[in-house]
Order: sequence, then structure tokens, then C-alpha cells
Amino acid sequence: MKENRTLIEFRNFDFWYSEKQVLFDVNMKICPDCITALIGPSGCGKSTLIRCINRMNDLISCTRMKGRLLYKNKDINQKHIGVVELRKNIGMVFQKPNPFPMSIFENVAYGLKVQNIKSRSKIKETVEKSLKKADLWDEVKDNLNLSAFSLSGGQQQRLCIARALAIRPDVILLDEPCSALDPIATAKIEYLLKKLKKETTIIIVTHNMQQAKRISDNTCYLLNGKVIEYSKTDDIFHKPKYALTKKYLNGDFG
Amino acid sequence: MVNEILRQKIYFALFRGATIFSVATLLFVLLYILKEGSGVISIKFLTGMWSHADITEGGIFPAIIGTFCLAIGVCIVSIPVGICTAIYLNEYAKDNYFTRIIKLAIRNLAGVPSIVYGIFGLAFFVLFLNMGTSLIAASLTLGCMTLPWIITASEEALKAVPYSFREGSYALGAAKWETIRKIVLPNSLSGMLTGSILGISRAIGETAPIIMVGATFYISYLPTSPFDKFMALPYHLYILATQHSSPYAREYAMGTSLVLIALVFILNSGVFILRYNLRKRKEW
Ligand SMILES: Nc1ncnc2c1ncn2[C@@H]1O[C@H](COP(=O)(O)OP(=O)(O)O)[C@@H](O)[C@H]1O
Ligand SMILES: [Mg+2]
Repeated sequence: MKENRTLIEFRNFDFWYSEKQVLFDVNMKICPDCITALIGPSGCGKSTLIRCINRMNDLISCTRMKGRLLYKNKDINQKHIGVVELRKNIGMVFQKPNPFPMSIFENVAYGLKVQNIKSRSKIKETVEKSLKKADLWDEVKDNLNLSAFSLSGGQQQRLCIARALAIRPDVILLDEPCSALDPIATAKIEYLLKKLKKETTIIIVTHNMQQAKRISDNTCYLLNGKVIEYSKTDDIFHKPKYALTKKYLNGDFG
Repeated sequence: MVNEILRQKIYFALFRGATIFSVATLLFVLLYILKEGSGVISIKFLTGMWSHADITEGGIFPAIIGTFCLAIGVCIVSIPVGICTAIYLNEYAKDNYFTRIIKLAIRNLAGVPSIVYGIFGLAFFVLFLNMGTSLIAASLTLGCMTLPWIITASEEALKAVPYSFREGSYALGAAKWETIRKIVLPNSLSGMLTGSILGISRAIGETAPIIMVGATFYISYLPTSPFDKFMALPYHLYILATQHSSPYAREYAMGTSLVLIALVFILNSGVFILRYNLRKRKEW
């Protein structure tokens, strides 16, 4: 590992959708202020894994888990940990850009209003700061009242990142954020993420191995719900320890 | 090849024929009523009190007011309950066997004939709850009848809000009610209100149930409390068309239906305007 500090830790973690087990005995420590990439063929459980971290799977009925998932050394699945509080610390960006049907400004302000921040000047200031952090400010500063749907796909995704940043989360989870975008929009987001990792821990799911190689510090290779290999990105791409990883990286399957 | 072209033409003619037929029928009904009934429309007819002995001397004002009050009563009874039920069923209730049974039952209730609601209203509201034949009993009866329509329409409107909006809101730490209030409702309200008002405009044209629970043909005063009896356009129309001996009765019946159609038309245009205004922002 790059560092020994740990922000999030999976310990012997299993996960089921009703009777179907999707994650098997996951053990993994995620360090703060770096980018961790999850790679693996589709259906291997990457989304499931990442959605456990902010408990988005709570919304699906009949799920079950075993083992522990620690955030700052506290088990996030314990009853007294409020899921709302958890999600304020751990933001999420989805595969398909999903801005709300509101203006650009209101989209970014939404999370602040959820936190009951009323002061207009504070909201305005935070919206501007978040849009700047997401490299979107220059493109939208004159059109903040336009509908978010008037933006291009890449801009919408950066808006979603700004929206997540506005509530100053510790961690941002991104589930294949570039899979619906063209290469230029993708490059912008990659650049943005590298810049953001100084202040926010980033966990990104990607099916694009080159993307993982370009931006991440650590990479986890997942297959059929099992962690096959998890180490520094340089190591995993240059000298993978396991034959399966090597095969996947060579494009033999996936 | 020739065969293929001929077949195209036949199908085309068939579909066009069906369209022309249905439009023509509707147009014919409308024009017929307009032609037969427009002669009696006058200020006196619209604003005068009903005069039973000589129908040319009075108007249908009490029936218009009665139907209007009924519409408001039904709105008050069924829109809030219907919309809240839909929100509960669609957003809160677990999707299990029991919920599905309830939803199926509601869909079935939407198809129960109105006269059945009438007899229920008579037994329950009028007699058991001792409301008497009254505006309130009629509002509650028609309210029960429209509830399933409103619930069904509102559920459809809620389902039309993409799941990804809700997900985005939850991911920002919003609680369930907050998400419903700030994301789901603003984007489904137009659909819910449209469905509701269309249901109500259908309900106020009903005759059978209100005869049993409160509408009367002849009354010399306007309803002043919810416990008064009232006159209503559809029932008035029915009596004029079938039971009245005056030689002008037919013409007056046509005039009355014209007013009823106009009332429904006004309600529906209201829906249209509302929908247009709420829809303007909607862009997904
Ligand atoms: N809501 C769900 N209910 C049941 N099974 C699911 C659900 N979501 C995902 N799965 C199953 O879990 C497995 C892992 O899915 P997912 O985590 O989405 O994989 P990935 O993101 O790596 O493509 C798949 O086999 C998928 O069919
Ligand atoms: Mg996925």
C-alpha cells in the first residue's frame, strides 16, 4: 500500500441480494487522500461494493451482509450510525449523470439546503466554490439559472461532482463516471479527480483499465465478487502477482 | 409488388376511416346539441331560479350552483386523500404480496359501476351516518367513486419520476420525506392534479349515484350548508328529457346538456393550462 493510514476498511465482508451472494470475504483497506480504483469485468460486484460504503444498498429490499465495514474505525452498519450523517461524509457520483430537474445553481445548492443551511450568501459562496473545484464555473457562471439539462453530458457529470463537493465530503465514490462520456469530457474529469484527491479521498469504479492506470494510486481487481489482487497501481499493472490479474490486464477476458 | 402497394393503401384507408368515423361522431354529437340547445341559452336561463310550472320563465342557476358545489366537495374529499394514498403506496409501502393485492383492489374499484357507489352512499352516508340526502353525502359518495381513479393516476405520475433523481437526493444525505417533498412531488404534481381533475370532471356528469344521495329535481332555494339538498345538471337534464310535460322540455334539456358540457370543458382547459405551466420546467 501507498500509505498505512486507513480511512475505510472491509473486514471479511460478504454481501447478498436475497439468496444470491455477490461479494465474498472482501478484505481491503482504503487510505485517505488518494485515488483507489476498482476494476473488473462487468457483473463482478464493483457497484455493489462501492454502494455498500455509503449504504445505498439500504434502498434495495432483501439485501444481507456479513462481516464489517469500518469508516474511521467505526462500523457503518451499526444501528446508531445515522445513514444520513454517513452520506453527508461520503458523497457519490453515478454512472449516468443525474442532475435534478432544477437550475444549475439549485442543483449545487441542494445538498446545502438538505443540511438546513439558510444563509443565502453562504450558499452562494459555496456554490461558486464547488463549481470552481469541479472546473465548471467558467463555463456556467453566466447561466446559473439555466436548467441543468441544458448542459452537455460531460458538464452534467461535472455538475454532479460539484453537487457532491458542495457538502464537503471526506470521500467521493464514483461509479463508472465516464462510461457515458466522450474522450475529451473523460479527460477533463480525470484531470479534475487528480486535483481533488488532495482534499478528498476518491474511490472510482471503472471498466477502463487505462483510466485506472492513469489516475489511481491503488487498484483493486475484483472477479466474481472476490478481491483477486489489491496493491499499488504501478505494481498491479507492471508486475501483477496473480495469473488471473495478468490475463485480465492483457485483455484475455473481461 | 403491386400487391404490396395495394395492401399498404388498404391499411392506410382503414386507419384513416376509423379516425374519420370517431371524430365525425363526436363532432356530430356536439353540433347536434349545440343546434338544438343553443336557442334556450340566455342570461335568464343561466342565472334564473328554476320555475317548475312554466320552464320558460326560469333558469337552471340552482343546478349550475349545485353541480359546482358538488365538484368542490368532491375535490376536497378525494384529491388530498387520493394523492396521499398514492404517495404511501408508491414511496413508502414495501413492495410485497399485501401491497400488490391492495393495488389490484384499487384498480378493480375503479371499474365498479357508479350506481353501486350510489347504493353504498345511500346505505352508509345517508342512513347509517345519518347525513340525510345532502350535498355532503353526495360529495362523499362521488369522492369514494373518484378515489381509485385519482390514486391510479397519481401513482402513474409518481412512477414517471426517474429513480435516478431519488438516488441522487439520497446520496446527498437527504432523508426520505425530504426527497419526496423536494424532488418527487415537484416533478409529479402536474400529473397528479391532471389525473385528479379529469376524474372529477367525469364524476360531476354522473347521475345515478347522486339521485340516491342528495340531488333533487325541484328546489326553490340554493344550498346554504353541506346538509342541504341540491339540484344538479345531469339529473336536471334527465328529468327534463324523460319526465317533464312541457312542450319546451326537450329544448331545455338540450340547453342544459350544453351547459354541462361547457362546465366539463372549462375544467379540462383548466387542467390543460395548469399542466402547461407546470410542465414548462420539465425536461428529462
Ligand atoms: N438490485 C439487485 N438485485 C439483485 N441482484 C443484483 C442487483 N444489483 C446487482 N445485482 C447482481 O449482482 C452482481 C454484481 O452486480 P454489480 O455490482 O452491479 O456489478 P458491476 O458493477 O461490477 O458490473 C450481478 O450479478 C448482478 O446481476
Ligand atoms: Mg456497475
